[in-house]
Amino acid sequence: MPDTMVTQNKTGDSPMVVDDRQNGLFKVHRKTFLDDEILHMEREKIFNRCWLFLGHASELPNPNDFLTRNVGGKELIFNRDRKGEFHAFLNTCPHRGAMVERQESGNSIAFKCFYHGWAFNNNGNYATRHQKGTYPENFNHDGCANLVSVKLEQYRDFFFVNYDDGANSLDSYLGDSKMILDLIDQHGPNGMEVVGGAQKYSIRSNWKLLMENSYDGYHALDTHETYFKYLTDAIGGPAEMPKITNVMDLGNGHASIEGDAPWGRPVAKWIPAWGDKAKTEVEEIKREVVSRVGAEQANRICQLGRNTGIFPNLVINDIMAITIRTFYPVEAGEMNVTAWALGVKGETREFRKRRLDNFLEFLGPGGFATPDDVEALESAYRGYAAYKLAPWNDISRGMSRAEGEPFKADDEEQMRCFWREWNRRMGGE
Amino acid sequence: MAEQNKATNAAEQPLARSAYEDFFFEETAMLDEWRLDDWLALFTEESVYEVPRAGAPDNADSAEDLFYISDNYFRLGHRVKRMLDKAAHAEWPRSVQSHLISNVRITGSDEQGVHVTCRFITKRAKNDVTDTYAGHHNYILKTIDGKLKIMSKRTFLASDSLRDQGKVTIIL
Ligand code: FES
Ligand SMILES: [Fe+2]
Repeated sequence: MPDTMVTQNKTGDSPMVVDDRQNGLFKVHRKTFLDDEILHMEREKIFNRCWLFLGHASELPNPNDFLTRNVGGKELIFNRDRKGEFHAFLNTCPHRGAMVERQESGNSIAFKCFYHGWAFNNNGNYATRHQKGTYPENFNHDGCANLVSVKLEQYRDFFFVNYDDGANSLDSYLGDSKMILDLIDQHGPNGMEVVGGAQKYSIRSNWKLLMENSYDGYHALDTHETYFKYLTDAIGGPAEMPKITNVMDLGNGHASIEGDAPWGRPVAKWIPAWGDKAKTEVEEIKREVVSRVGAEQANRICQLGRNTGIFPNLVINDIMAITIRTFYPVEAGEMNVTAWALGVKGETREFRKRRLDNFLEFLGPGGFATPDDVEALESAYRGYAAYKLAPWNDISRGMSRAEGEPFKADDEEQMRCFWREWNRRMGGE
Repeated sequence: MAEQNKATNAAEQPLARSAYEDFFFEETAMLDEWRLDDWLALFTEESVYEVPRAGAPDNADSAEDLFYISDNYFRLGHRVKRMLDKAAHAEWPRSVQSHLISNVRITGSDEQGVHVTCRFITKRAKNDVTDTYAGHHNYILKTIDGKLKIMSKRTFLASDSLRDQGKVTIIL
């Protein structure tokens, strides 16, 4: 790799990303957040090419279960057929385009379009009988009246779609980030499940800023001062940030930060606020995890926490709770966020409550932290209006650490992983 | 526990509807005027303040469903402290709000207190953007030492999501 990388893009003569390794400087041009042409390119080169998170197997426990979801700007049906096979279809009728399924979820052996009544089996096949002579004899011989399938693959219980027929396998796309999904899957002996619906909200800012923010270890103390004040009270002692942290470049634009956490984790780190009975239970859970996955992996599951970004827009926070979060640009300055909670299958009501409490007290639209992140992202976006006079974001923190000295979570290497991949896909060299 | 008490403890006697209306008007004035310590004092130490996710049914359960807010008195106290703190960036500089209450109905009473429901519209303005929240509150209220107190306030948003508003950083 060259020491200095300055890339141009087709939309103008200014580079989008400056990756100056010799001088330890990494800069991103602010027009990457504002420009409609760049948003258009992102839709083509990123959202139409990358593997995008669709859903978790636990959301469709039974044959014939379905849910509908907008992924990468396209309406989808994610379902299981009579035999229990998983499918993803575009939720648009091959006749004239109406949405074939309009409920958020359910169980159904077939889908029927409300507009003119075309019907489809839940394996996507056209299933309407018409009077002889209405359509040609060989109508649908080419499948033109079936629901359009979308490329679907899974790793463990995580399902992803890809709108590019030529895309490489999910397995190779995920690269080392599979290790993070492995860790998540090992929290409980019976696997994990999505619990209690989703938080759906919006942020008036560019989607890439949320990706940065989701594993930005640098902002925690300043942005989230009030959360740490609360936490200090809740855990009955100072909420100290981890001294030793870790950045993992997981390849293909994926990255994660890892560290010790000052908060309680339902699996399995006790805090005094939970009481003595919970302490015994947490220790029991911990023993089970150790016996199942070994001491080292158990330490990562029980003691440490991780914020992971899987390119381009899947965030998995395994912190005081486990969140899965995706977000898409509605326009350059607005994104829709959807967040789910992942819990251990079969955990007790008390632990489930603690998990959900942990989730909402930090994360989400009513939490003590996320709204302040949102304020930061929205205020940055307003600042970008002056991009011609103040064109650059600085993402250099920790870049010039000595050869071999590991990056820390409050460095910005994880964001550089994202931006290098973003730049590569957007046509930078 | 509530079940066992039912037999022995008498149900709370409802007051006239106007008493609850006056109470809500006073509560909303506290919120509009950012007198949050006064507002917190309306709650008892056993009380809860909850906002289930948008569109959730009235019996939504915070041990099974992901809420926006599910505060016991301890966390509610911190929520108020946080909102009055300059470091609560989402509410500093603080937003301007207007809380409207209507359709007040007494829906029942038991030993926990009198169940009162009402509809609300709350406007919040900050950074030149005005957000509207609409829905209904379900209260359980009890007269303690001659004063009405909130045992439980649950706020249900009449929408599919928070796509419009983005967040709930105020008391609805
Ligand atoms: S659009 Fe679906 S049947 Fe006509
Ligand atoms: Fe944050």
